[in-house]
Amino acid sequence: MPKDSGIGASSKRREDVRFLTGAGNYTDDINVHGQAYVHFLRSDIAHGRITNIDTSAAEGMPGVVKVFTGKDFEGVGGMPCGWEVTDRHGAPMQEPPHPILAQGKVRHVGDPIAAVVADSLEQARDAAEAIEVDIEELSAVLDMKAAAQEGATLIHEDLKNNICYDWHLGEEDNNKVNEVFANAAHVTTLDLINNRLVANPMEPRVAVAEYSRGTDEYTLYTTSQNPHVIRLLMCAFVLGLPEHKVRVVAPDVGGGFGTKIFHYAEEAFCTFAAKACNRPVKWTASRSEAFMSDAQGRDHVSTIELALDADNNFTGLRTNTYANLGAYLSTFSSSVPTWLHGTLMAGNYKTPVIQVNVKAMFTNTVPVDAYRGAGRPEATYQLERVIDKAARELGVDPIALRRQNFITQFPYDTPVALTYDTGDYNGTMDKLEAAADLAGFAARRAQSEANGKLRGLGVNCYIEACGIAPSNIVGMLGARAGLYDAATVRVNATGSISVMVGAHSHGQGHETAFPQVVADMIGIDESMVEIVHGDTSKIPFGMGTYGSRSLAVCGSAMVKATEKVIDKAKKIAAHLLEASETDIELKDGQFSVAGTDKSVAWGDVTLTAYVPHNFPLEVEPGLEETAFYDPANFTFPAGAYACEVEVDPETGQVSIEKFTAADDFGNIVNPMIVDGQVHGGIGQGIGQALLENCAYDENGQLLSASFMDYAMPRADDLPFYAVDHSSQTPCTHNPLGVKGCGEAGAIGSPPAVVNAVLDALNSGGRAVDHIDMPMSPSRVWTAMHG
Amino acid sequence: MYNFEFEKPSTIADAVAALGGEDAQALGGGQTLIPTLKQRLAAPSKLVSVSGIAEMQGVCVEDDGSVAVGGATTHARVAADAARSYPALAALAGQIGDPAVRNRGTIGGSVANNDPAACYPAGVLGSGATIVTNTRQMAADDFFQGMFTTALDEGEIITSIRFPVPQAASYQKFLQPASRFALVGVYLARFAGGVRVAVTGASEDGVFRWSEAEEALNKDFRTDALMGLRINPMNMIGDLHGSKEYRAHLVSVMTKRAVESCA
Repeated sequence: MPKDSGIGASSKRREDVRFLTGAGNYTDDINVHGQAYVHFLRSDIAHGRITNIDTSAAEGMPGVVKVFTGKDFEGVGGMPCGWEVTDRHGAPMQEPPHPILAQGKVRHVGDPIAAVVADSLEQARDAAEAIEVDIEELSAVLDMKAAAQEGATLIHEDLKNNICYDWHLGEEDNNKVNEVFANAAHVTTLDLINNRLVANPMEPRVAVAEYSRGTDEYTLYTTSQNPHVIRLLMCAFVLGLPEHKVRVVAPDVGGGFGTKIFHYAEEAFCTFAAKACNRPVKWTASRSEAFMSDAQGRDHVSTIELALDADNNFTGLRTNTYANLGAYLSTFSSSVPTWLHGTLMAGNYKTPVIQVNVKAMFTNTVPVDAYRGAGRPEATYQLERVIDKAARELGVDPIALRRQNFITQFPYDTPVALTYDTGDYNGTMDKLEAAADLAGFAARRAQSEANGKLRGLGVNCYIEACGIAPSNIVGMLGARAGLYDAATVRVNATGSISVMVGAHSHGQGHETAFPQVVADMIGIDESMVEIVHGDTSKIPFGMGTYGSRSLAVCGSAMVKATEKVIDKAKKIAAHLLEASETDIELKDGQFSVAGTDKSVAWGDVTLTAYVPHNFPLEVEPGLEETAFYDPANFTFPAGAYACEVEVDPETGQVSIEKFTAADDFGNIVNPMIVDGQVHGGIGQGIGQALLENCAYDENGQLLSASFMDYAMPRADDLPFYAVDHSSQTPCTHNPLGVKGCGEAGAIGSPPAVVNAVLDALNSGGRAVDHIDMPMSPSRVWTAMHG
Repeated sequence: MYNFEFEKPSTIADAVAALGGEDAQALGGGQTLIPTLKQRLAAPSKLVSVSGIAEMQGVCVEDDGSVAVGGATTHARVAADAARSYPALAALAGQIGDPAVRNRGTIGGSVANNDPAACYPAGVLGSGATIVTNTRQMAADDFFQGMFTTALDEGEIITSIRFPVPQAASYQKFLQPASRFALVGVYLARFAGGVRVAVTGASEDGVFRWSEAEEALNKDFRTDALMGLRINPMNMIGDLHGSKEYRAHLVSVMTKRAVESCA
């Protein structure tokens, strides 16, 4: 029987009531009395030297409060990078300055050159048009391999080349790797591109900043997944403000997908300008601005080689990747192609020797950073594509080849620095084979062929590493932040509970799922528990939401804090019941003395905590506890996905006929929300596989700069999904045994779709090794007729 | 957007008068023009909305059996009201954009704009329709003059479009995946006097008639008649969404499907 409340229940998402009835409170809904509006003048040239900026005409335009250029920010910090990667020679990555407004050069289309603050947005735009900017155009650096060549045009003149770092994992095994490949019975090689994506959350970025002269305090409302991280970075590295004078609020946020993790120049600008203008300042990105200023995702060019012995055991893996970082280092960009990508190359397989090389490149494009999955989709795509190709080359069943090489003993130390605590890859694959009715595929293929369509089946596995941790290890790897989280459980006198959490909910359903945990632990109704998040003046210092970490990390802090609350409440109950604390049991919201019928209700104990007339003298009044939680390890969700497609041989159009996901997320708090997270992730993965393509022309102009050319998946592009998460190996090191589910769909689905299309094409008697994503009708047709 | 004057007259005569000023521009449903203004890519001094003109609204069947559509009629209304009198045209209208676009966008606005990937130009040219303006009547063959270019004079308003109703017709649209405009759209209409095949989305010269296909189908209205017929890719559009060769190929496939649908 499914539970109807608490852990394991599909409680309906309480936050959806306000979202679906237009009662949400998004940053753009916030208007401060007297606010002025910002318009950024952005470069329409990808690479050039600014020879002159004349703002005098603009300054005299109606309504203009102030015009800012890069000069106004000399002496102010630039946008920081939160992860220092050490290259293969032991040197730190090259870290160029990233000013709030361009200083001397523009480096991508959309790079902000100047900003106008005016009484109205239209006045700000009018004035921006009156700013005269002279730019000496330089050749745009776009191709990563060309950018790495000696003598390539430098994007940052103060760096020695365009390579941010040349990073290696497993280099010490060089001889061993060479030997494995030399002795291999079979080697499969694949060149592939992981296409650049634009996250495109429904809500564009917005910042509203105000400054109080009276108290010297700032408030920044901003579209962020992690308000404390923004406050720390902006105060400590950019503006040099004391943190206690700055409040950062991320109210309802309309989708993040990674791109709202980062600290952006616009929000720092608004905070700076609010004081400089002595007026509240508001900026709302247009969709066009989002396309040229939100950090983008993926953009890897890779070559992967898989070595197998005569029995088809994987004996070695070697990959070389060029990772595009764009024109500047975004906040966590350097970590994505390295510690979130190279370390995942073992996948679900016991390949003994793995070597990863990543060259991270600066180009004249919008910065690239984490996007749903962040590194792990790129790793999964490489690995699962090369395995599929190997199976085809060897003429073996792709599922059998995977099963044969699965890791089956846990904990398992991979050759690429991770320790998987638990998993059951064969068990999960069993669930997939049943849920996807793989036995019935041949009949479905015959039916499709009778209708003139080619049908293909693609299967793949994935492993991801969520809840990146622990802080001491990531610190050694270059992280400039800790990766714990925090929660405060504040019990009110009448027994209701406010939980202040460091995680931020922007679609994940924390406001529903987190109370399920606390209510379950105490045995009270979920409606008595409320989550407070997104405001640095209300919540403890938490690191926010990304990397599928919220429940595993912040949820664990919440459990620890709730345990402290329960321990203290038991002391009070023991006093009221005149019993020993060790004899007190808590069940269904009642404290009772073991083996007796004496009990006292939760509400009576909480009231006593705040009206402590009859109270144990050695205990402090009140009932509020905080816990910080730093995980011992990553969590390792894993799964197996199956996709069936039909390809129209006349047009190359791909339609997804069936999509099945079998995931092992460990224990599950709210199965309905988990289904929804997987659905959303698969939707984005299918978007990457079939539709989405962020493309630049040879001059660095963004070709896909609007929804007219950037294809977002629509409802009718997507199938109904079958999602099975009954394969559950609980995480061994966090109190809930949870692993995280937010990114799985986006990680696991692209190779399933691509494998399916290639299976369809090869079934049609053609030999097509690979098609790069997105597999648009045009690309599929060209591959069929190439 | 920049500031502009706005007028919403209730008669064609008032609209023509209002459009007499310098840089005045007619506004239909605004599905292209308003985004253009918001991007500050156009700066008309005055917008003259034609959506308040009653005589430019609606679909009716004329005495000669042709279907007349008022220039300010929305796509949604054509999709609903022409469903019996000219089903293929109604089906075309029902495939334009999304419900929001179909409830605002108008036939006159679309045809006057002549976007090379819009659906209506194919329907109008494929049907051999007559474009009626405040001053004259023009055959579709004379009206479309290349990408975003028509025979309309400054200040001239499309008041209605008259469609002769063919024996059979079909619009086959292959979607550009992002915009869902036509990557290639083929409108085929079979009249007693012959077959017309109009192609949108494909050519750098905008909507065009594929005369070789028409000739072949006039001789033999079967898909076999199209075998071996190929459009020269040279003047086709090649972009992010499809090469010239791919578009040329799609013209053949969509034409074949239109024939199958009419058979």
